[in-house]
Amino acid sequence: MLILECPYCGVKAEESELAAGGEAHLKRFGAGSTDEDFEGYLFARKNPKGVHFERWRHAYGCGKWFLAARCTATLEVFGTYPAQTAEPPADLVAKIKQKRPEWEGYK
Amino acid sequence: MSTRLSSGGRLIDRARTVEYSFNGKRLRGFKGDTLASALLASDQMLVGRSFKYHRPRGIVASGAEEPNALVGLGTGARFEPNQRMTTTELFDGLSSASQNHWPSLEYDVGVLNNAVAKFLPAGFYYKTFIHPRAAWKHVFEPVIRQSAGLGRVPKERDADRYEYFYAHCDLLVVGGGIAGLQAALVAGAAGARVLVLEQTAHWGGRAPVDGVEIDGKPAEAWIKASVQALEKMSNVMLRRRTMASGVYDHGYVLADEKVADHTPGDGRPRHRLWRIRAGRIVTATGAIERPLAFAGNDIPGVMLASAVRDYVVNWAVSPGDRTVVVTNNDDAYRTALALKAAGLQVPAVVDARDRADGALPQAARAAGIRVLTGSAIAKAHGGKRLSGVAICAQGGEGNAVTEEIPCEAVAMSGGWSPVVHLYSHCGGKLSWDEAHAMFRPDAARPPTGADGTGFVFAAGAANGALYVQDVLGDATKATIAALQAAGVAEVETVVPAVKAEVEAPMIPIWVMPQGAGPDLRMKMWLDYQNDVKVSDVQLAAREGYESVEHTKRYTTLGMATDQGKLSNINGLAVLSNALNAPIPEVGTTTFRPPYTPVTIGALAGEARGEIFQPLRRTAIHDWHEAHGVEWEPVGHWRRPYCYKNGAEIASAAVNREVLAVRERVGLLDASTLGKILVKGPDAGRFLDMLYTNMMSNLKPGKCRYGLMCSENGFLMDDGVVARIDEETWLCHTTSGGADRIHGWMEDWLQCEWWDWKVYTANLTEQYTQIAVVGPKARAVLEKLGGIEVSGEEFKFMEWREGTLGGLPARIFRISFSGELSYEIATPAGHGRALWDALLKAGEEFGITPYGTEALHVMRAEKGFIMIGDESDGTVIPQDLNLNWAISKKKEDFLGKRGQERSYLADPGRWKLVGLETLDGTVLPDGAYAVADGFNANGQRNTQGRITSTYWSPTLRKGIAMALVHRGPERMGEVLEFPKPDGSSVKAKICDPVFYDKDGEKQNV
Repeated sequence: MLILECPYCGVKAEESELAAGGEAHLKRFGAGSTDEDFEGYLFARKNPKGVHFERWRHAYGCGKWFLAARCTATLEVFGTYPAQTAEPPADLVAKIKQKRPEWEGYK
Repeated sequence: MSTRLSSGGRLIDRARTVEYSFNGKRLRGFKGDTLASALLASDQMLVGRSFKYHRPRGIVASGAEEPNALVGLGTGARFEPNQRMTTTELFDGLSSASQNHWPSLEYDVGVLNNAVAKFLPAGFYYKTFIHPRAAWKHVFEPVIRQSAGLGRVPKERDADRYEYFYAHCDLLVVGGGIAGLQAALVAGAAGARVLVLEQTAHWGGRAPVDGVEIDGKPAEAWIKASVQALEKMSNVMLRRRTMASGVYDHGYVLADEKVADHTPGDGRPRHRLWRIRAGRIVTATGAIERPLAFAGNDIPGVMLASAVRDYVVNWAVSPGDRTVVVTNNDDAYRTALALKAAGLQVPAVVDARDRADGALPQAARAAGIRVLTGSAIAKAHGGKRLSGVAICAQGGEGNAVTEEIPCEAVAMSGGWSPVVHLYSHCGGKLSWDEAHAMFRPDAARPPTGADGTGFVFAAGAANGALYVQDVLGDATKATIAALQAAGVAEVETVVPAVKAEVEAPMIPIWVMPQGAGPDLRMKMWLDYQNDVKVSDVQLAAREGYESVEHTKRYTTLGMATDQGKLSNINGLAVLSNALNAPIPEVGTTTFRPPYTPVTIGALAGEARGEIFQPLRRTAIHDWHEAHGVEWEPVGHWRRPYCYKNGAEIASAAVNREVLAVRERVGLLDASTLGKILVKGPDAGRFLDMLYTNMMSNLKPGKCRYGLMCSENGFLMDDGVVARIDEETWLCHTTSGGADRIHGWMEDWLQCEWWDWKVYTANLTEQYTQIAVVGPKARAVLEKLGGIEVSGEEFKFMEWREGTLGGLPARIFRISFSGELSYEIATPAGHGRALWDALLKAGEEFGITPYGTEALHVMRAEKGFIMIGDESDGTVIPQDLNLNWAISKKKEDFLGKRGQERSYLADPGRWKLVGLETLDGTVLPDGAYAVADGFNANGQRNTQGRITSTYWSPTLRKGIAMALVHRGPERMGEVLEFPKPDGSSVKAKICDPVFYDKDGEKQNV
């Protein structure tokens, strides 16, 4: 059972307080998009053994969605940050790169 | 025979006799006994039967690793099956019964399986599943079902209660032996918050039994002093009878405290489930001795050497006058010496090693014990109890028996395996230790926590420090590492000196004797409980099972209730020899929680009966309850299904309610409908994205029915939206969907359109909503007085706010039945008053409360869809002929792109139609319409299925809605719906609107 810190209310939340929301930083493709773009948006998901960016909601707390970067293999949590962003904060990316030089980036 | 010794027994109190029963026989033991020690003291060598062959089984171990000695414990509401005798503390009135035999333990018919054992090899089930198929169904399965299963399932509701306890600590120490106590002393002195858990009722573990000296005193004195010192530390908490069951992500640990197992019915909770968050964990869980694989090693009387020592020293129990010790290491000589010291005979120590010159073997020789080196047990003799052993050379095939030794017990030791379960649960890796032939925790590859560093540290024997002299130093080192990882820099330590006999190296022995032929290997048990033998594992290897995980499942090795605590290492060693691959290459099976079984009651805790899950009640709940309600669960709500008049059956009540609404007026508690307020400058734009139709152009004061789809395009919720003012909309959702849809809105607002100015609030519980439905609905509201409800002033699909009978009210003129209908919302605090006022005002019009089933029947008569009936996550609105509710003007909305996908736009999809049975009966729910021909699986092709089906009291016939291939183009066609009994019903495709197609009734 993971512990993730909610970046809004500061609570170190137990996984049972949270709702998982899958991969973060997806770009939405709506009406008029190509089949390839729409397929990628709707179905293609990364499943890395390693660094992963995820959506979580502090469902039984403040109710806010936030994003988390963690390692799916070691359960190391690199950081959490608000969902209102198109890309992860630069300092977090730098921190992950330093810890995992082989990491290819979040895209 | 096994008996009680006249003196000794460090754990028993001879002054206090305890009466208990086994298989109806009244027996006596002492306070401090376990059920196992008490039964052994009463010469009960035979305690159960094995799972597959029903072989006689005796007690093998003295602790949690026991595979054989399982009993049904207690009676009636306190009965529990599969309890280990070795961990059951004796108490007055304890009632126990052996398992897995018929008609009795002594005379068991199932033992016939033993006679046909040759025909029940590894993978028997898998093989018989395949050929011949008929034999499985008619021969094997009935026989297996008759003989399978361990204990009986409890029949009564559990009389006990259970509770949860939440704990946080810097350091969790699992195990209260000398390693665990040392870890606690070090961490406690460093000021850390420490929690120490010991699974038994006693501190100190094995050290007092093994004759160890610490700080120049017997181990017992050091243990006592250490526990006293720890009890004085306010930052240290100690718990006995608490088994750490599993280690999970980020330092989460579950532990099961057996609070009142030994004092049943004393009012305390029986178990307490500890839910622990530990900063770091030290596992001082010790080691478990391994059995040796020789022929007949499952005969009652063959025990682990450490267990024999425990029974003699702790409980003053003699396993028999003559005990042969068989070993591959020095530690087992301690058992020989303990037996000798208790005045019992040890005819021989059979040592598989060619030399045994260490201090312990020398002490044994000095005590007059014969030591046979390079020797093995060729075969143990006996049936329900051991009668003797045949000795041979370890290096041979076992045919040249050098000696027959009569004996009542064998104390065997194949070396020790560290208890690595908790280290492994969360990803900690093991490495193979050649010297001790064991897997030990690899400190370089620990389970890692949120900060990326290791959070579990193995200490003492659990870390592979098998020589007791090394244990305290190893525990100290592990604790310092754990504390430093937790950020405690300064740690002062004192490591007391430990004195014990120095042990010479062991040698790995996996099969005894080394060259044993097939006849002997067929009698060498690895897994006692599931009857897996050396020959079974070798057969699996010959049949191509190379993975240890596959072999486990094929042979069922380690899959019994003991989860292979004794058998796993021996089994995988046999497998690796058969595969000619080194043991570390073969690897272990995965260690999974729980360490020992946890009773379901403890996991459930207080969450049972009425508080299993929260119940949501509307403001009118109590009224329903007092008026013959039949409840229907809807999410966490209870909604009235119908109200029964006296002895009336439910279907009659539903018909009565439908007709009352259609002819007069009915009253429905609709409070559970979701009510979500959406407000802000961008609220209209937001709702246009959420709903398939346009909501931004809805005028204040008006209502509109809307659909919501997922990005896949599939229909997920529906409801009426009312525009309250320029910036405010009130969205009604389904009863079960309110929380989900509110979450859905928040997801889009927070994560995609976070710059849009919109605020949402889920007001579902803030309002009571009551529907007044039927031709007399307006008359009822007029009688109460307040908001003007005339047809000219207040039209269909409008809403008004004001008062009704003096109560604040917002009335929506919407209809889900086809009748004249008003849904009245009032703050929940006024809900019951409004209900009562409506009932009173409606009395003269024959007002009738109705439930969800009448609601469903009426909506089906009117052809309205129901989310969850007509939709199932694969249905798009177009399938339900709801194209009118899908905007063609909007550039985008959630689901629009999904619905453009070719297979959703295909005109050949199953679409909504109505069905009328030719004979007027009611179609079975979920039935499929068959088409010509058969599919690849030999099943009839299908062309549609029923989504809703009811008896219509209005039309006096069965009506249904169905999704049918190109349905709307096939009006008048007759479809065939087979029933489970082999007959079938014929039904004609028709318009799904059965009642008042032109809407004259709702529009008056």
